[in-house]
Amino acid sequence: MTPQIAVFIVLAAVAVAGAVSLIFQRHPIHSALSLIVVMVALAGLYLLQGAEFIAAVQIIVYGGAIMVLFIFVIMLLNAGEEERTNVSRMALVGVPLGVVFLVEVAYGVGHATLHMGGAVAEAVSTRDLSSLLFREYVFPFELTSFLILIALLGALVLARREDSD
Amino acid sequence: MNEFASQHPLLLVALPKIAVLLFVMLTALAYLTWFERKVVAHIQARWGPYRVGPHGLMQPLADGVKFLFKEDITPAGADKFVYFLAPFLSLSLAITSIAIIPFGPEKFTVFGQATPLSITNLNIGLLILFAITSMSVYGVALAGWSSNSKYPLLGGLRSSAQMVSYELSLTMSVVGVILMAGTFNLSEIVYAQQGFHWGFLPRWNVIGAPLPQILGFFLFFISAVAETNRAPFDLAEAESELVAGFHTEYASFKFAMFFMAEYASMITVSCLATILFFGGWLSPFSQGPGWGWALYIPTVVFGIAGLALIITGVRYITMIGRVVMPVLGLVLCGLAVLFLKPGVTEFIQGPFWFLLKIATFLFIYVWIRGTLPRFRYDQLMGFGWKVLLPLSIVNVIITSLAIVLTQR
Repeated sequence: MTPQIAVFIVLAAVAVAGAVSLIFQRHPIHSALSLIVVMVALAGLYLLQGAEFIAAVQIIVYGGAIMVLFIFVIMLLNAGEEERTNVSRMALVGVPLGVVFLVEVAYGVGHATLHMGGAVAEAVSTRDLSSLLFREYVFPFELTSFLILIALLGALVLARREDSD
Repeated sequence: MNEFASQHPLLLVALPKIAVLLFVMLTALAYLTWFERKVVAHIQARWGPYRVGPHGLMQPLADGVKFLFKEDITPAGADKFVYFLAPFLSLSLAITSIAIIPFGPEKFTVFGQATPLSITNLNIGLLILFAITSMSVYGVALAGWSSNSKYPLLGGLRSSAQMVSYELSLTMSVVGVILMAGTFNLSEIVYAQQGFHWGFLPRWNVIGAPLPQILGFFLFFISAVAETNRAPFDLAEAESELVAGFHTEYASFKFAMFFMAEYASMITVSCLATILFFGGWLSPFSQGPGWGWALYIPTVVFGIAGLALIITGVRYITMIGRVVMPVLGLVLCGLAVLFLKPGVTEFIQGPFWFLLKIATFLFIYVWIRGTLPRFRYDQLMGFGWKVLLPLSIVNVIITSLAIVLTQR
């Protein structure tokens, strides 16, 4: 077993454990913390693939900025533990569908050829990434940023209270 | 032995380096508290710590022992796991960031393995530092939330809002430097600042070409002081309003861990300011002909400090002081003589200038704390969003303009 695979298994296990814990935790802060664990483990997986820049940005944007916002809002609303309710009747539909989906995924993974191990060819440099982003794909990139800006403005307009005067 | 070392570089080179740096870092943290108390005391015309050891030199040790033996209280209704997690998160993240800082240019040899004067040299060093900074908000926010008490909650909310706001201008203010160096690698950023204007003025980024980053430096340092929750931006722990802010309910060593985290991030910020704007380990003096004497500045500084310690030490009030201080002075003089040895002289230049610059920034930190009153909260937010952020964007625009114009 090469070190890469060992690290991969550890990180993948941490990510999956974090995701499971995210669902089963009863307190929103604990769920948010589990999500941070997932994000950081994913950043580690990106690093393993040689995508340094993506890994750092993953931590800065998802692990840092977005999750801080989540935690901030949970703290501000002082959300308490969620209450357990009786099993919903929709579970009768959901559970079989979930099982079918799991079987499909298992089938797909079982038949896929895994390309694991072997040294990562070349770490993707920030320079290459940015020249791709700002030269070849500059139009979709700018369009996406406009979309996000419009969503942001929309949220502001919705959240703002109407002034009386 | 050398063969073994080349097969296991991690075990024999990286691990000892980490252990040594950790030891040095923790000692430096302890003595930074002493330094701060002394400097603030002298600013306020007091003596500061004086009783424990000569000039209070053993005070950090006494504080450490006190922290260790105090009762560790967990408040009722606290979220136990998060309450324990918060100080660990704060301290470990604050100390991790020092791993990327390069302390000098020279490689030194351990068991036949040449290794640089930093734990690791990453291509995305600066980004990793910002990633760690963005994670360190959690320590404060979670500590405030998990204590189950109103003052910590308010303090935690305040400081996480503050840290998120100032992180923006912190990141934007260094973009000018990144544009000029063309890399995220901290060592390469330092190498990009080599050379001199007119043969004597160092081309450090703060006065570098094509556009001096003076504006960038001030924006960076102000945002960094706010980011580390230090006065005048220490609203997280405004004692007149919030008792002690987010760590009100923490006692014993968990409190000490928050304290150490704050000082560790002060050191990191000083390192970053040095590397990004003041040429890192580069000497301010040219290495050209006629500048050979500049190599002996470390010797002179250490020698004068050692002699001063010996002369004032023999007349110290207490018996122990009359022994300890001259011995310290002798050690400094011995180091001064050691620096004269060929080979050592060249090797010591980088770390000497780097540590001197860091010490200067740490002094400025304490100086600011001792001089300026605290911001009001709305002023703080207004200053961050309406002054620092627009100015840092302006800095990015004019820097890129200057770079494009000079490249043609």
